[in-house]
Amino acid sequence: MTEIISLQDGLLADIARTDTLDEVEALRVGALGKSGVVTALLKTLGAMTPDERKAKGPAIHALRESVTAALAARKAALEQAALDSRLASERIDMTLPADMPPQGSVHPVSQVMDELAEIFADLGFSVATGPEIEDDWRNFTALNIPETHPARAMHDTFYFPDRDVEGRAMLLRTHTSPVQVRTMMGGEPPFRIIAPGRVYRSDSDATHTPMFHQVEGLVIDKGIHLGHLKWTLETFLKAFFEREDIVLRLRPSYFPFTEPSVEVDVGYTLEKGQRIIGGSGDAENGGWMEVLGSGMVHPNVIRNCGLDPDEWQGFAFGTGVDRLAMLKYGMNDLRAFFDGDLRWLRHYGFSALDVPTLSGGVGA
Amino acid sequence: MKFTLSWLRDHLETDATLDAVLAALTDIGLEVEGVENPAEKLAGFRIARVLTAAPHPQADKLQVLSVDAGDGPMQVVCGAPNARAGLVGVFGSPGATVPANGMVLRVAAIRGVESNGMMCSTRELELGEDHEGIIELPGDAPVGTAFAEHAGLDDPVIDVSITPNRQDCMGVRGIARDLAAKGLGTLKPLADVFAALPAVAPQGAGPDVRTDDPEGCPAFYARSVRGVANGASPEWMQRRLKAIGQKPISALVDITNHVMIDLGRPLHVYDMATLAGGLVARKAKAGEEVLALNGKSYALTPAMTVIADATGAHDIGGIMGGERSGASETTRDVLIECAYFTPESIARTGQALSLTSDARQRFERGVDPAFLDEGLEIATRLVLALCGGTPSAVTRAGTPPLEPRTLAYDPARCASLAGVDVPSARQRDILERLGFTVADDPTGAGWRITVPSWRRDVTGQADLVEEVVRIEGLDKVPSVPLPRAPGVAKRTATPLQLVERRLRRAAAARGLNEAINWSFISEAEAAPFGGGDWVLANPISEDMKVLRPTLLAGLLSAARRNADRGAASIRLFELGRRYFRNADGSSDEYATLGLVMAGEARARGWQHGKARGFDAFAIKAEVEALLAAAGAPVARLQVMDGAGDAYHPGQSATLRLGPRTVLARFGVLHPRLARAFDLDGTVVAAEIHLDAIPQAKKSGFMRPPYAPPALQAVTRDFAFLAPDALAADALVRAIRGADKAAIADARVFDLFAGHGVPEGQKSLAVEVTLQPGDKSFGEADLKAIADRIVAAAAKQGATLRG
Repeated sequence: MTEIISLQDGLLADIARTDTLDEVEALRVGALGKSGVVTALLKTLGAMTPDERKAKGPAIHALRESVTAALAARKAALEQAALDSRLASERIDMTLPADMPPQGSVHPVSQVMDELAEIFADLGFSVATGPEIEDDWRNFTALNIPETHPARAMHDTFYFPDRDVEGRAMLLRTHTSPVQVRTMMGGEPPFRIIAPGRVYRSDSDATHTPMFHQVEGLVIDKGIHLGHLKWTLETFLKAFFEREDIVLRLRPSYFPFTEPSVEVDVGYTLEKGQRIIGGSGDAENGGWMEVLGSGMVHPNVIRNCGLDPDEWQGFAFGTGVDRLAMLKYGMNDLRAFFDGDLRWLRHYGFSALDVPTLSGGVGA
Repeated sequence: MKFTLSWLRDHLETDATLDAVLAALTDIGLEVEGVENPAEKLAGFRIARVLTAAPHPQADKLQVLSVDAGDGPMQVVCGAPNARAGLVGVFGSPGATVPANGMVLRVAAIRGVESNGMMCSTRELELGEDHEGIIELPGDAPVGTAFAEHAGLDDPVIDVSITPNRQDCMGVRGIARDLAAKGLGTLKPLADVFAALPAVAPQGAGPDVRTDDPEGCPAFYARSVRGVANGASPEWMQRRLKAIGQKPISALVDITNHVMIDLGRPLHVYDMATLAGGLVARKAKAGEEVLALNGKSYALTPAMTVIADATGAHDIGGIMGGERSGASETTRDVLIECAYFTPESIARTGQALSLTSDARQRFERGVDPAFLDEGLEIATRLVLALCGGTPSAVTRAGTPPLEPRTLAYDPARCASLAGVDVPSARQRDILERLGFTVADDPTGAGWRITVPSWRRDVTGQADLVEEVVRIEGLDKVPSVPLPRAPGVAKRTATPLQLVERRLRRAAAARGLNEAINWSFISEAEAAPFGGGDWVLANPISEDMKVLRPTLLAGLLSAARRNADRGAASIRLFELGRRYFRNADGSSDEYATLGLVMAGEARARGWQHGKARGFDAFAIKAEVEALLAAAGAPVARLQVMDGAGDAYHPGQSATLRLGPRTVLARFGVLHPRLARAFDLDGTVVAAEIHLDAIPQAKKSGFMRPPYAPPALQAVTRDFAFLAPDALAADALVRAIRGADKAAIADARVFDLFAGHGVPEGQKSLAVEVTLQPGDKSFGEADLKAIADRIVAAAAKQGATLRG
């Protein structure tokens, strides 16, 4: 018995002394391999009498188990140490910069147009479009602006030398209102549309660019009146600026294509030199800002578009998209909208993921 | 349109405050653009008497004055040569701001002598040019009184914006009428306004005038006044004209301007000594020239109306008088013209000549055709009052269009159109105050309304509703919700709008920055793209002349501006239109996404080393990714040549669906074009044609059932030797077609030429993915497929590499 114990002590001591997995393996083969010392002892069990086996067997099995366990433990410890040492050697400077994908952006005008589409979709308006190169009938005449009307002079129009087959002078649309004409002539009432897009005026200074963006709204139905227009504009502006304290001031005005015509001012408050939309313009630090032109569609326009003005009536409104963007997001230079300066685009632009939604808020 | 408060009060009996007047003006649609009281600038300047004047001990040109401005003697140092004891002038006390230079007066020592203010010159107070000496007022001017008040300058100047439909408010009286209707006072009868002027006692026949152009000038009324003295107009008239920014010229000219501003009635006066025979309104002769009062000469056409005598045209009728017959200080006999010019004709002439004037503004909007006699009478009385003379009878040539307009009006229309229920009695009152005649309609319900002669703009019920609500107040219009369809809002965007939105956000998500560039470019920029179909007749500059046939020009210009600002990496896109022309002459506009990348594709970095530029496959990747985002069947698209002259001929392509439909063109920009835009390095560009992207037809939301193959796919690699000219795509397509049932995919994974590859050939390695159906491939199956692949490749000229 004592030789078994001393063999076990010897083997365990040898295992504890190993430094490499190879040494562990060599010991395993020496002890537990085919001709290993422990294997040899196990083989003696078969030749023993039952009594001898009863006396020695447990000790020999214990020897095998303790050596097997010691070898496994030693192997695991050495593997752990090897892994630790490899990982230690693989340490890198995690403060080094990672490659970042380039940052793209959506232009504020596009973003605001998406916001408008979202808000007006909820009010039942779809988005209509029309060509930017128009004829003077749709841009002026159909809209109750005859050739000699002083209002034609109010629009600094870009003309082409060309005429279409009907002999109409071709021009760059001065407003999005021709889309009203196309909508009314191209479908069956009732209509609820907004028409955003590029418009052109021969005008260029610090606050005017020869190209800018307008959005037009049109409702043609039965029994629509100025009160509906007022509500629609209030509702739109509240949704757009995401403020409940929007106050509108309606002023009589003149547009050839509406009657009555109404200029819409929105109240603002002067805060740190910035005009913040909201509150009454008559309040202290307040003022009124012209934001929309609107009115009830002129019976002549409805008639020109082939509808009976005694049956159908409605309202139209128009405003500058660039201006809405400036009022909401704080840009102060219109010219920068069309300069394509990457620094400006990244500063005022929007992430691709800023998709306006009603549940998430249309503003970003 | 500018006027002063006191001028308004000539016509409007009111005790309303200035603020009330201003608020009412804006409320009724006469938007107040500004208001300025000249007296505010003169706060702190009072009338003062010089008590004593003594020489300054230290300076020859200065005097030391003792001045009384109402509160006892004060010492003032003064340099004016006319300063002397007994003079009554204008004194600025410490704290007052000198209008001319913004200097704030304070107590100060001037050459050692204390001065407690300043005696002022006309120029210092911005009341004139005189700076020779200090202002001298009459000896009895009330000392201590605010000078502005004494001088009648305490009269706010109001500037209102008059919309083109309201000619009647291009005269102070019209504005007064509107305010009276609003309830701000009472409109004084016209006779009362001019009660102080002498009556006209005509002597002799009227002047010889006629109209030979009843279309352009249907009525030409005139009268002469002989023996006038055309000096300066009186102080009150000059002050008014100056207050509104008009320069006083002479009594006769000032009278015409005053009547025009006062009553909206343009007039013209001729020095009869310069006229040869009678005056006639006629069409101009072709090429006839008129030297107008602005000093410029205008060549006229026979569509334009002139006022001429025997020697030729004097006047561009209704727009501007002629230089050679204008009134001067030597004028003794004057002819006053009061005519009616047809608005459309004035508008056409004014537009054609690019000539604006106060008279044109009024005539083209339509002056009151019933006010010729009264206008001429008032002008004559003013001439008599200010210049004396003997008036003739009036000559009335032609007749103005006086036909009164009557309209049917149903008062219920106010509620149905404006949404505000104004009681009938109130509506009637408003309309009558505005000069409309309201009668019950004999045929039944509603009213017959006669429109006053000065309201040419009112032609229908809607106009009458506007009159009622603008006077009643738009603040009375309630906010009424627009009827709403039940349920959640419906989808409204069109397929093209959805494509546009997806492309925009996909591009931004891929690191591209959206720009918006001008729709117009220069002819030179358009040329490499085949030029533009639309060239502006009146461009703002040569750089903005052609409606773009491409989005690239604008993007390249923007790229250059960014490069000039030092941007290292430029990725810009734009969603806009390209403009072409249809056969019928209408516009053909194509929604397009343009894309330009320049500079560094990847900045230098510690991991990758040097910066890397863009190449053809960088742009191809963008285009394919964007097309995929837009829903295009990218796998089915063919890569073909024909990107166009803007691109590198060997490093560009189009993506087509079928041989004709071009969805995109892309590639490396032609180096010549890059140089034309001053861009260094490789520039890549693309245009995607939104309208060419086919819209997937969708029937409901249900996807096809999910059925993954039961067996795993296997891959096999093939290396081919192929002629250089063989497109990789052709080889891959041939391989895919070799066994459509088994081959799920094939893709090039290696390209090699040079060592070991024969001259003129290349080695292309293709990984083929084979998808077994219901049983695995056996060796024989794989061999058969491989044979088919090799055979298909052979047809393309590719041989399996040994």
